[in-house]
Amino acid sequence: MTVAEHDAVTRSEPPAFAAALRDAFVAALIALGLAAPMMGLMATPGPEGLKLEPHWQRVAIAVAVVFVGRLILNLTIWRPGVRKPKTANSPRTDAMLARIAKLLAPAAIVIAVALPFLPGVERYTVDLGILVLTYVMLGWGLNIVVGLAGLLDLGYVAFYAVGAYSYALLAQHFGLGFWICLPLAGILAAFWGVILGFPVLRLRGDYLAIVTLAFGEIIRIVLLNWYWFTGGPNGIGQIPRPSFFGLEFKPGPDGFAATFGLQFSGLHRIIFLYYLILALALITNFVTIRLRRLPIGRAWEALREDEIACRSLGINTVTTKLTAFALGAMFAGFAGSFFATRQGFISPESFVFMESALILAIVVLGGMGSQFGVAIAALVMIGGFELFREFKDYRMIVFGAVMVLIMVWRPRGLVSSRTPSVFLKEKKTIAGALVQEGHG
Amino acid sequence: MEYFAQQLINGLTLGSIYGLIAIGYTMVYGIIGMINFAHGDVFMVGGFLALIVYLALVSLGITFVPLALMIVLIVAMALTALYGWTVERVAYRPLRGSFRLAPLISAIGMSIFLQNYVQVAQGPRVKPLPPVVTGGYQFGVPGGFGVNISNVQIIIIATTVALMTGFTLLVAKTPLGRAQRACEQDRKMASLLGVDVDRTISLTFVIGAALASVAGLMYLLYYGVVDFYIGFIAGVKAFTAAVLGGIGSLPGAMVGGLLIGLIETFWSAYFSVEYKDVAAFSILIVVLIFMPSGLLGRPEVEKV
Repeated sequence: MTVAEHDAVTRSEPPAFAAALRDAFVAALIALGLAAPMMGLMATPGPEGLKLEPHWQRVAIAVAVVFVGRLILNLTIWRPGVRKPKTANSPRTDAMLARIAKLLAPAAIVIAVALPFLPGVERYTVDLGILVLTYVMLGWGLNIVVGLAGLLDLGYVAFYAVGAYSYALLAQHFGLGFWICLPLAGILAAFWGVILGFPVLRLRGDYLAIVTLAFGEIIRIVLLNWYWFTGGPNGIGQIPRPSFFGLEFKPGPDGFAATFGLQFSGLHRIIFLYYLILALALITNFVTIRLRRLPIGRAWEALREDEIACRSLGINTVTTKLTAFALGAMFAGFAGSFFATRQGFISPESFVFMESALILAIVVLGGMGSQFGVAIAALVMIGGFELFREFKDYRMIVFGAVMVLIMVWRPRGLVSSRTPSVFLKEKKTIAGALVQEGHG
Repeated sequence: MEYFAQQLINGLTLGSIYGLIAIGYTMVYGIIGMINFAHGDVFMVGGFLALIVYLALVSLGITFVPLALMIVLIVAMALTALYGWTVERVAYRPLRGSFRLAPLISAIGMSIFLQNYVQVAQGPRVKPLPPVVTGGYQFGVPGGFGVNISNVQIIIIATTVALMTGFTLLVAKTPLGRAQRACEQDRKMASLLGVDVDRTISLTFVIGAALASVAGLMYLLYYGVVDFYIGFIAGVKAFTAAVLGGIGSLPGAMVGGLLIGLIETFWSAYFSVEYKDVAAFSILIVVLIFMPSGLLGRPEVEKV
């Protein structure tokens, strides 16, 4: 508590409204300072070079919004001068949320399975479902690295890219089909995960973050400039579509529709892709849940909590870290080859740092370690993102602001509790505040 | 030889810009241990503000270049510092004492916000500015290629040296610098001994943002163009520089910045322009494998 605040409390309380008004006025003044040059004067290229174009209206709106917003917040949620003691979410709330999540998870799976056949569901919805599920899968994959092993990875999208390019190049040069390439892409991505893992074994915390970021950028730049191999910025097109275990989705006697006696429809392939990614995502989830109960999964979580204690207890940190990287990368590789076959075209554009940040945001916003939270975060972020497509630039502003707000509101993510994988007598949920994540 | 000297000068110029941004990263990391991901975008905001202030001065009729640049420098520093302060207040202060990834995600959100805010406010088009400072000096044999130093490069290097000197004095001699170093060592103890930690952290962000805005102005003068996307690349490079020099170490940030600038320039000059970023990042990885705490950083002490 600063001196001024201390005085304000011990002396007589100032009238709440006056204080709120003064605070809102100061906030509006700061907003004026921020907005006046940047929003008020727009540098527009004209015939004689750049010229300033006044837009004072926008400044007035921004300042008014800040003033009114701050005033309302001051009078309702915040009281100026009185700081709420900072507490973590109470264990009860966390336990309740975890219980709700437990009940909702099977329901969510049932809805996901039934989605393409629900009344009123169109192609657009199924397409959106595919997109959301891709990110759910990526989030779950990254969760192994960040949430379980506590290794902060900012270049996860590199493995996604490796998976996508593996499939595209194998299909292009050797004519291999999707079902052979899928495991190959996973293996190759895991291999790259190990390659990245080796140099970073000794690094901790934020050094690890920057090296993974650098690695992601290196992969992207190489993909962008290695013309004869990857096609450079033009990417790779005409990637073969997946077949239904050998049956192609095409009109004609030997197509999928004819074999099953159905009328040919373009929707069949979309629905098939939807189930494919749903299955892949559920496999990721299942493997993660089972791995947490294996010695290796426990070693990951121990590593996240305390690396020195781990080493003292004889856990091999090298293999522990490498397996986390490799497994996380493998699932990204699967997702990548799915992405390639779904799009039919890939280019380095799809694998920028923003994607890594988005996946990491999904993991952290959802509550690390909580599989359900990650799925919800992916649904809200990707779904919300698509719904407001018309607003274009504004939607990105809102997206950034929402990320900040959620973190300020619930720093441990939406579902921030977890069930321990080992317990003595009864299973209790652990509040997120007791778990250290990402200390690397 | 002339070619080498020329690249050396270009590299130093670029390195100065990176170094100025890297200081913001390294200071914030030193004091609160977080990667301020939005710092690259604060640099970009600084570049835009410098452009706007310059254009405003031109339309007011102040065209005497040294005076105009002086005013631009001061006003842009002040306005960008206000942005830096607000970013800390809104996105990071409520997360103080929270777990480590929360401020990072908040910072990534802030970075996205700032980028798109500038894009909406200033329009998506690239802003080209005709050269403000022209002329330069040429050395070397007549008839040969010679070595050119433009006045812009002299201004950039001289300003960086001046700011670095001032800044080193600030950290070493003033009460604010002492408070900063105290918070860096032990924040709780510092607050027990009467250091206003919140204020010190705010001022750290203000100084970092002001230096970033100088870098933004330099970038504008050197390349003659700003757009809303420059923050990301420059930010990643500057952060790489900070890590390379040893994060938390101020001379390290400058050395790292210069090294990254030189590596990038020499790689583009002698090998390939396309892979200059790969070169910078690869050197970073190699350095970190053999010196995990950077060139000038203190080794991280492992405590049980």
